Amino acid sequence: MKNVTLTINGQKVTADVESRTLLVKFLREHLRLTGTHVGCDTTQCGACTILFNGDAVKSCTMLVVQADGGEITTIEGVAQGETLHPLQEAFHVHHGLQCGFCTPGMVMRGLDLLAKNPKPTEDEIRHEMEGNLCRCTGYHNIVAAIQAASGQTPVGH
Amino acid sequence: MYEFDYHRAASVADAVAELGRVSDSKVLAGGMTLLPTCKMRLAHPSELVDLGAIAALKGIEITDAHVTIGAMTRHADVANSAALKAALPALCVLAGGIGDAQVRNRGTMGGSVANNDPAADYPAACLGLGATIVTDRREVAADDYFQGLFATALEDDEIITAIRFPRPACAAYVKFKNPASRYATVGVLVARFNDGVRVAVTGAGSDGVFRASDIEQALSADFSPAAASAITVSPDGIASDMHGSAEYRAHLIPILAARAVGACR
Repeated sequence: MKNVTLTINGQKVTADVESRTLLVKFLREHLRLTGTHVGCDTTQCGACTILFNGDAVKSCTMLVVQADGGEITTIEGVAQGETLHPLQEAFHVHHGLQCGFCTPGMVMRGLDLLAKNPKPTEDEIRHEMEGNLCRCTGYHNIVAAIQAASGQTPVGH
Repeated sequence: MYEFDYHRAASVADAVAELGRVSDSKVLAGGMTLLPTCKMRLAHPSELVDLGAIAALKGIEITDAHVTIGAMTRHADVANSAALKAALPALCVLAGGIGDAQVRNRGTMGGSVANNDPAADYPAACLGLGATIVTDRREVAADDYFQGLFATALEDDEIITAIRFPRPACAAYVKFKNPASRYATVGVLVARFNDGVRVAVTGAGSDGVFRASDIEQALSADFSPAAASAITVSPDGIASDMHGSAEYRAHLIPILAARAVGACR
């Protein structure tokens, strides 16, 4: 067992974990932060996306021990109390979700995208969101929500 | 995943010592291939030696003649480096097309080059630009480094520390990507130097990345898209799978080379 200390959504967490424990398993099963979803478990769908030291990464393809000492933000750490983050609000307003399963990953990836590129073009959004799959195929409104959250008029609106 | 131990290396020397000490240990860079492989139980290392905390392995250094990139520099850092966009933009374009954004936030140049996946992008950059693979103990020319599918000149306990690229007059990488994985169905890197043109092809060779010498000769004589597309590539030695036949891939090589010539800057 390895002893790790991480800062998760602003709170210090210390735990003993197996070297092979995946970050997503630790978040969901040890900390019960079940907003981070497992869609494919094979680094493809992006439902498990979280921020690690400010970068969107797939938590199904990272070991907890690799994250030791780092800062993590999950979907649970995005809203301020009852007030949604502007990107979450935009997903709500523009109906950027259908079944909602991919939404936590979409929002986390979108946050990273907008932090690094505050006014992305539609093409940039589509390219940068390639690692997040929506099985309802609701991509258009997801792109619209990210455009709206960046203060731009969504395409087709 | 099978059980394994984990060692966070403090330095390259520490990592090499650990690899020597523990049998069946394996280097962990970004983990974008190794961890999925472990999850599918296709790999069963006794210990992962993580290079993630070694700051000396990260960074981009640019001189008049060369670009040197630390082995643990992530694809996202290569893709977004303003200095590199000015010095060797082909490398930024290539890195920005690897996998997806989350993969680019973890995956590293050294990890990709050490793994030598036959459909990976960086091997084409190394071979096409005539890079030098710098390890903890020696320097290996890219022409001698890539030795077949997932095979390289690296010893079991040898660690890539950096990759040094000569700066070409111009270069471009064009990829016909698998739309699901974004690996190269075929990827071609064209680099023009004062003393000739190098063309490397990934995704297509049944033995991994290779140089397209006929196209190199044609482009060294006449650096134009038409000169590249006039070449016919034989499907012998070209890979065939569910994503494309050998004939299809062979057909794509001169087409992508021609597009790369047009995109060279």
